[in-house]
Amino acid sequence: MDTQTITMREALNQAMREEMERDERVFLIGEEVGEYNGAYKVSQGLLERFGPRRVVDTPIAEASFCGLGVGAAMTGLRPIVEFMSFNFALVAFDQIINNAAKTLYMSGGQFPIPMVMRGPGGPAAQVSAQHSSVLDSMFAYTPGLKVVVPSTAYDAKGLLKSAVRDNNPVIFIENELLYGVSGEVPTAEYTLPIGQAVVRAEGSDVTVIAHSRMNYFIVQALEQFRAEGIQIELIDPRTIKPLDVETLARSVAKTHRAVIVEEGYRFAGVGAQIADDVYSRCFDDLDAPIARVTHTENPLPYAKNLEAASLPGIAQVVEACKAVLYRL
Amino acid sequence: MASLVAAPRKKPDAKPDELKTLTAGSLTRRQKQALDELGREKLVEMYRRMFLIRSFEQRCEQMYQQRKIGGFLHLYMGEEALGVGMLSAIQPDDYVVTSYRDHGIALALGLSPNVLMAELFGRVTGVSRGKGGSMHFFSKEKNLLGGHGIVAGQIPIGLGAAFTARYLESERVSLTFLGDGAVQQGTFHESLNMASLWNLPAIFIIENNQYGMGTAINRASAVTDFTLKAQGYNMEGVTVDGMNLLDCYAAMADAVAKRRKHPAPLLIEAKTYRYRGHSISDPATYRKKEEIERYQKVDPIQQVKSLLSELGWLSEADAKQLEKDVRQEVIEAVNFADRSEEPPLAERDLHVLAD
Repeated sequence: MDTQTITMREALNQAMREEMERDERVFLIGEEVGEYNGAYKVSQGLLERFGPRRVVDTPIAEASFCGLGVGAAMTGLRPIVEFMSFNFALVAFDQIINNAAKTLYMSGGQFPIPMVMRGPGGPAAQVSAQHSSVLDSMFAYTPGLKVVVPSTAYDAKGLLKSAVRDNNPVIFIENELLYGVSGEVPTAEYTLPIGQAVVRAEGSDVTVIAHSRMNYFIVQALEQFRAEGIQIELIDPRTIKPLDVETLARSVAKTHRAVIVEEGYRFAGVGAQIADDVYSRCFDDLDAPIARVTHTENPLPYAKNLEAASLPGIAQVVEACKAVLYRL
Repeated sequence: MASLVAAPRKKPDAKPDELKTLTAGSLTRRQKQALDELGREKLVEMYRRMFLIRSFEQRCEQMYQQRKIGGFLHLYMGEEALGVGMLSAIQPDDYVVTSYRDHGIALALGLSPNVLMAELFGRVTGVSRGKGGSMHFFSKEKNLLGGHGIVAGQIPIGLGAAFTARYLESERVSLTFLGDGAVQQGTFHESLNMASLWNLPAIFIIENNQYGMGTAINRASAVTDFTLKAQGYNMEGVTVDGMNLLDCYAAMADAVAKRRKHPAPLLIEAKTYRYRGHSISDPATYRKKEEIERYQKVDPIQQVKSLLSELGWLSEADAKQLEKDVRQEVIEAVNFADRSEEPPLAERDLHVLAD
């Protein structure tokens, strides 16, 4: 299979470009997506290729351009709504929760909402509290939404293409700090199914479940775990909702231990749900309580030291693995 | 120093002489033209639909008291000319979206009272399979994009439908109905701005019934002449007497005629009045009896009835028969809803996600 090495940014760009080539109903709308080529350059060159009819620059009005997407989806188009940052999606929450997620149900199945809402989410680097929200669990909480959180260029491309073809509203949360990370991607067209986890590293001691940037960090630090004598089985759910509980349970049945890592908060975080699913499925398999590594319970501060002290680090993941292995 | 306590502007109540009724002898040129465009058969049908909305909702109140209908119930009574007049001027493939006060809009679009009453009864034969209720009438067949429960939440949806119309280079238009309360929300500003920026065929109709729940417009809006808002978005704005069927029809007919070939947004302020409270649980004690009576003197349905009679288009006997038939139709809707099954429990898990 021929492959190319491209960044996640390029992978996302290719996904949108290919889907817009394939389907005339697909369009991209958001702040700075056109003439500026995207605040993070994810939409680079799309205006030039598809013109202003299909690559639409908006005023700063998240609620209404997101709601425009819902209305367009109800009337036969397939919008990709870009939030310059998912922090700004908070302004559009009524449209996302009340309109995008509930319309199919409230209409008794008459109006599906084939719509992707994408953009970077999670903390970046010293951008402080209002620009560092981790909203994964807030979206995943609502029935009617799918939530996709890719961590590699390969996943980002395949999953975004599937999201565009999905007949449901899909929240597609990218990560600013991963945009520049390169990976191998087939040159031929491919899609990846939404709702399928992947085993990134096989191991027999402990199952580590982490998504988005946290997964990437752990992949980078696999050597460190080996040096500590811990064989981790690293799983990337890739999709928060639907969650591939099957893959998680299979791994835990093998390792008998689990550590869940996320950039979000502990209280009602995504890991709380994953732990619940794992406990329900694997209660008899577990040899230790599940450990969670999360953001501490505070708005993310600006100061570098406080920021680092608030977010999960590899040292804490190693420690959590040791705890469930009773090696502390 | 000026007091920080709000000194509300005066409520721009219509004076009795401003509330005009239709009489054959004093029709304006445009009203006469509207009569020509519509003709007898269509005008009688419009009268029938207005009467249907009134009868349907009177029956709804009764059914609510009998606990056959639950939840919220926001009635349209008093505003019948607005929905029927405007929706009689559009094509079946145009898009329509509205707020939770959606019974009148759905009936004006020609949806059967059976499926609407069944929806209110929470039956699977309802227009939204019993899963939406009073506030969420949706119809793919009629391009009714809902029935929305959050004030002003439907405005961006209407904007999106207008976007689609333009994107597909169709000649469709999108109608967004909203109350005067919704004008104060952010999406009103955002959506009108985008509609104008991109020349979308989006027609925003403010059903100004003068109260956002219990708050009179002068206590909620710094500007009570809403057409002034249109200037701020560089779009056309018109005011129309929302109690007058011919004016409502003419305003929409003129609006769509221009916009099919040359897409552009429009803001229509239709001054109207709701006879009942905000919802069925609101006795509307914030309004004076005289105020309600003043508007009932220009009742939109009575206006059309007397005009039809003056024109010799509907005899007293024919009117009686029509009204009797409509009342019977509503009774049959109640029977249909009563006979219909509740949604099977499997329906609970259907339509959460599409295939």
